[in-house]
Amino acid sequence: MNKLHKRPRRGEGFIQGFLFLAAALSILTTVGIVYELGKESLNFFTRQMWENTNKQIVADVRPEDLTLTINSSGSDLHSGEIIKISEEIMQVTAVAGGQVTVARGLQNTTPGAYNAGLDIFESRRVSLVKFFTTTRWEPQIGNFGIWPLLNATLMTSLMAMLVALPLGLSIAIYLSEYASQRVRSWLKPILEVLAGIPTVVYGYFALTFMTPLLRSVFGKGVVEIYNTAAAGIVIGILVIPLVSSMSEDALRAVPVSLRQAAYGLGATRLEVALKVVLPAAISGITAAFIVAISRAIGETMIVAIAAGAGPNFTFNPFKSAETMTGHIVRISGGDLSYDSIDYNSIFAIGLVLFVITLGLNIVSQRVVRKFREVYD
Amino acid sequence: MFNKRKPSQVPHDAEKDAFQPHLHSRHRAGRVWLLVFQVSTLIGIVALSALLYNVANAAFGYAAIENKVDPASLSINGIPLEQLHPLDLTYILQEHVSEGLFRKFAREKPMEEYSREEIYDLVMRWVVQPQVVETWTLFDSLAHRDEIMRQAAEKYPQARIFFRSWLTSQFLTTPQSSKPEFAGVRTAILGSLWTILITLLFAFPVGVGAAIYLEEYTIDTPLNRIIQTNINNLAGVPSIIYGILGLAIFVRLLEPLTSGALFGYVKDATTANGRTILSAGLTLGLLILPLIIINAQEAIRAVPGSLRQASLGLGATRWQTIWHHVLPSALPGILTGAILAVSRAVGETAPLVVVGASTFITFDPDGPFSKFTTLPIQIYQWTARPQAEFRNIAAAAILVLLALLLTLNASAVLLRNRFSRRL
Repeated sequence: MNKLHKRPRRGEGFIQGFLFLAAALSILTTVGIVYELGKESLNFFTRQMWENTNKQIVADVRPEDLTLTINSSGSDLHSGEIIKISEEIMQVTAVAGGQVTVARGLQNTTPGAYNAGLDIFESRRVSLVKFFTTTRWEPQIGNFGIWPLLNATLMTSLMAMLVALPLGLSIAIYLSEYASQRVRSWLKPILEVLAGIPTVVYGYFALTFMTPLLRSVFGKGVVEIYNTAAAGIVIGILVIPLVSSMSEDALRAVPVSLRQAAYGLGATRLEVALKVVLPAAISGITAAFIVAISRAIGETMIVAIAAGAGPNFTFNPFKSAETMTGHIVRISGGDLSYDSIDYNSIFAIGLVLFVITLGLNIVSQRVVRKFREVYD
Repeated sequence: MFNKRKPSQVPHDAEKDAFQPHLHSRHRAGRVWLLVFQVSTLIGIVALSALLYNVANAAFGYAAIENKVDPASLSINGIPLEQLHPLDLTYILQEHVSEGLFRKFAREKPMEEYSREEIYDLVMRWVVQPQVVETWTLFDSLAHRDEIMRQAAEKYPQARIFFRSWLTSQFLTTPQSSKPEFAGVRTAILGSLWTILITLLFAFPVGVGAAIYLEEYTIDTPLNRIIQTNINNLAGVPSIIYGILGLAIFVRLLEPLTSGALFGYVKDATTANGRTILSAGLTLGLLILPLIIINAQEAIRAVPGSLRQASLGLGATRWQTIWHHVLPSALPGILTGAILAVSRAVGETAPLVVVGASTFITFDPDGPFSKFTTLPIQIYQWTARPQAEFRNIAAAAILVLLALLLTLNASAVLLRNRFSRRL
């Protein structure tokens, strides 16, 4: 009888533990992404950059002095501002003409003696407001407004959607409602091949095929060598298989009885497809569209190759403009030194990108859950 | 079909009259839209064809090559350069290159130990110095052959014009070079293979493990639901975000591990950093992990429950059931999914640029702690250059990459077809 007792198997516990850890690694990945993006973005927004005010101290300063005598050139100082002379950081507490009262030795620096003529530097931070409202991205001179990058991303994505949504949906309707089994059997693999080609190849295609094509159609004076239109159109081609396969799944999930009922009432094939099946599958199709937008926004290599290097706030699709992803790739292409403002900035851009794409993905899942018509 | 009613079936004339006028326009609308759908599909196919044509167009075609020194003038006693004795070739090399450069060759290994091919290669590279002055596309080469010949003869009287495939065996076996005529993808292919090996070693066991846990062990707790939702969301995160994560975690935070310093494996302490194959492989591993998990989950879910019940009914433990029954049945599906995920990883470029793939590497990678470049990175670099010749070798490299992917995908399809009948 004893033989049939359950014997403890310690090994099984270990295995289950390992399997749980493997599954939990995905949580860790997300936590890692959020933590690193958040941490470095915080560094980006709290980082002190020193800008020369073009003011100098005009009298020697001893370590115990609390007033500085300054000249009137350059930009004005205001109460509350953080300034730096040599290596020492001070805060302005009052300004009276050429006399500035300061609190000395801030941020663990030691008050020192300085000779007249030294430059005064003013602390500047990248403010969150400026980051989201200004339209210049010029890291060299401390301008970090994300709009030129975001705008280029939106332009390429919009262009891509103009190509991919109508084409993808048409292909899906054709495959699901019209195509015979034989046509499907060779059409679907072709779309799968299109989906399996690496994006860098699409980038090559955009630069060496689409751009010359656009230039020959619209004229070389109008279309620049690097432009967002070519990149956008090719991103559109890239996401066509995604849209068509997801939409087709949604269309095919609509029960045949619905179609039969419509045919029974005398509807034509088109009417069945557009007025019965399409509305019934609209949640799945919407989800496909949203996922496609998210994919287009995150697309990197095509824009890195074909859209141009250099942030440019423009609404002209034939001009070059750098997208968020393209900027990240270009900046990190060289040996990027840690703790530089450039290093921090890619995390800030990455965070914006992550929030947008994650938001879109969550919305698409919600759409499917909430608006799905269940026919049983 | 339902919509084709014969007129005789329409019961009353009145009813017939009521919708007859519309019927014509309804059918016409149907035909017009069908045309729209077909044209859309056709555009998709045309796009794919244009892409492939565009690559092939640049990978083959006429090229005009000018030599700095005419090989004919280098022949000794009427023997052409290709057939000269190694000693003669060494002599030519010594005569034409600077003393310092010759000493550099000799330092690498004694001149006597160079094979004939190697010396010939050096002579071609440093003495003859062929340079591509212009290239033509495959289409032009086939359609306007005479035109090209005439043009080239006018513009480059010195040049040799011949039909060239940029994809040659030499292209596959030589390392990177700053001159397109001599550049190859050897280091890039090896880099890609090493990276994929690391990716697989990391992502396959972890991914399958996670899938088993989620399918076979989970009870519907909030934590497990969060894990499942999280995996679905991770699959939608843009690949460049993974690159940033890899840069922060693997390259920077775990630098002692990924640079090999922890294992005492550092060849040159001054240049050692975390930008290695190991970092790249792990980054791509994280990237394809959600794909492997989702595919493996589907494969495991497809195993019939009766198999598990039979095994459990005979007294097997849970793990015994999984290991001996569920996994063997699900393996073809799991492998297919893994291969597809890997082919995604093979083509990834953006995360590797961010993680810090070096672009100009002339030595073979020799392990996980080596600096590296990969095929897609190489294609990106060559495409980004302004000179036209680099477009040609970029196209050739694309053909290599596509061939690699085709092999992977074909093996996935074979695997699927071969084992799908078993259940």
